Amino acid sequence: MFQNKYEIIKKKMLSYDIVDFTVKSKEISNAATAGQFVHISAPGFFLRRPISICEIGKADGTLRIVFQIRGKGTDSLSKLNEGEKMDILGPLGHGFTTNDRLNSVILIGGGIGTPPMLELAKFYGDKARVITGFKTKELSILSGDFKYAGAQLFECTDDGSLGRKGFVTEELREQIQIKKPDMVFACGPVVMLKGVKQICEEHGILCEISLEERMACGVGACLGCAVKLDKGEGEFYGHVCKDGPVFSSKEVVL
Amino acid sequence: MANLGVDFLGIKFKNPIVTASGAYGYGREYESLYPLSRLGGISTKGTTINVKDGNPPPRIAETPMGMLNSVGLQNGGIDKFLNYELPNLMTKDIRIIANIAGSTVEECALLASKLNGTAVDMIELNISCPNVKQGGAAFGTDAKIAGEVTRAVRDASSLPLMVKLSPNVTSISEIAKSVEANGADAVSLINTLLGMRIDISTRRPVLKNNVGGLSGPAVFPIAVRMVWQVSNAVKIPVCGMGGISCGEDAVEMMMAGASLLQVGAAIFNDAYAPVKIIDEMNEWCDKNGVTDINEIIGTVRPW
Ligand SMILES: Cc1cc2nc3c(=O)[nH]c(=O)nc-3n(C[C@H](O)[C@H](O)[C@H](O)COP(=O)(O)OP(=O)(O)OC[C@H]3O[C@@H](n4cnc5c(N)ncnc54)[C@H](O)[C@@H]3O)c2cc1C
Ligand SMILES: Cc1cc2nc3c(=O)[nH]c(=O)nc-3n(C[C@H](O)[C@H](O)[C@H](O)COP(=O)(O)O)c2cc1C
Ligand code: FES
Repeated sequence: MFQNKYEIIKKKMLSYDIVDFTVKSKEISNAATAGQFVHISAPGFFLRRPISICEIGKADGTLRIVFQIRGKGTDSLSKLNEGEKMDILGPLGHGFTTNDRLNSVILIGGGIGTPPMLELAKFYGDKARVITGFKTKELSILSGDFKYAGAQLFECTDDGSLGRKGFVTEELREQIQIKKPDMVFACGPVVMLKGVKQICEEHGILCEISLEERMACGVGACLGCAVKLDKGEGEFYGHVCKDGPVFSSKEVVL
Repeated sequence: MANLGVDFLGIKFKNPIVTASGAYGYGREYESLYPLSRLGGISTKGTTINVKDGNPPPRIAETPMGMLNSVGLQNGGIDKFLNYELPNLMTKDIRIIANIAGSTVEECALLASKLNGTAVDMIELNISCPNVKQGGAAFGTDAKIAGEVTRAVRDASSLPLMVKLSPNVTSISEIAKSVEANGADAVSLINTLLGMRIDISTRRPVLKNNVGGLSGPAVFPIAVRMVWQVSNAVKIPVCGMGGISCGEDAVEMMMAGASLLQVGAAIFNDAYAPVKIIDEMNEWCDKNGVTDINEIIGTVRPW
């Protein structure tokens, strides 16, 4: 874990409200794994903002994050420019399972839950089928990146303007019929995660999901980011920043 | 380099900065950034008799220059503290203040007695948590009950006893006098101020607990005022906290009358806050010709 001010070396808008930053941080990129997050200081705000790591550039010591402008903090962050510095604490939490022995995996990203799936897609390459879901074509992001990573991409939109008209869960059912994967990974809205969790449990497929909760410390000290877990011995509150953000779907009470 | 060491209840702290209960866990998470031995001390997360699961999420809400929390004293219970957290902290060359919170007078006394003979340097009796239904604020907002709890813990404990006061009262000096009269060796203040935020799009409180405790820079002036009032009202030493986020804040709080300090929410903004504050205190002393930090305690010259 490191905390420092790191230079922004690239900034791009992926849509009117989705920002794509690449920062230079050898130390964080060296230590980071797919699915972990960073805690970023938003100029003018007291609490840091948790944002997933989208891509890790181990070779050039970079880190890519992609986030949506949701409120005032992300808006202030989005105004930073190339050459300026971003105050980042990370890498934090524990990420997705990356195991060479898995031969077929399905990655699911719903809306702004899509970015953390990219680094994972890079790891699994052509063993990965990626299912993404967006409201409409204009809001879809990272398609080119997933294809470049070697994954097979299946896009869904609510209005059918791109790919399948419908939900990622319908596509997941079909993909399982075609070939049952060794594992499923998902990040997105809670309703989507509930659906994915249920389908995987029906089919006896291991599944990992990435969760969100409001955070203060981001490191496991304040116990602010509670999430209800059950590992078979009754329900208790674990913490998204330390026990997650990636959890085995079976352990989470959604 | 000025002397930052302070003597508080006969215990030597290498500097006046202690991390505040609940903001720093047991220090484990921050050790990869800097050694805990840089700090004067640590006040550990509020410990109850049994495991406590805390309140449902969301537990955190941002506010202008601060935050609300409704964690609700989630902790692993006194036995886990004694068997797992304390042995680890004992190896860190840091003063250990055990923060305890019982839901009855008897529980508070039992918690205190379990700490006798351990490596804990001092007890901080929390009679001011706004996030639990029993004990907590109910103890800290009534001078008579605050005195009773203090007496029971004093009788059960052989350790120096500091009582942590609630700011959610009309006269904090009155409560301070009552705990002093009942055997408290020191007081610490302030705990969080009860607050609330509402999400106007859903018309729901941001916190699932509806209300929570406010802390961070936003509360600093209130904390300074209360530390000043309490230091004038009692003879026992005062440990000051509430919104301290830089070396100058720390100096100001000491001038108000605090001889030991705690830093909490500032750590969420900057994980290095406690060590930066120590460095900045040093710089301030050097710039201002202060060779010993003890010189400034309570030196405010009121109009
Ligand atoms: C582990 C993790 C990873 C995340 N990764 C991404 C990502 O890759 N891309 C992305 O666009 N978003 C991501 N988010 C969500 C992102 O943190 C929030 O959108 C952001 O904090 C909102 O801040 P704001 O100031 O714009 O909104 P405001 O509503 O003004 O924020 C007020 C407070 O609430 C908190 N908050 C509000 N919404 C959320 C939320 N959904 N989750 C956690 N805290 C919230 C803020 O951090 C802040 O403390 C992630 C959240 C978590 C917990
Ligand atoms: C997340 C959080 C948890 C806290 N938990 C405790 C606790 O368990 N016991 C206690 O006495 N005070 C607790 N506090 C209060 C702090 O110790 C401190 O009194 C208060 O936050 C004011 O200081 P600050 O503004 O520097 O944070 C907590 C504060 C926060 C922010
Ligand atoms: S945000 Fe502090 S424990 Fe997770």
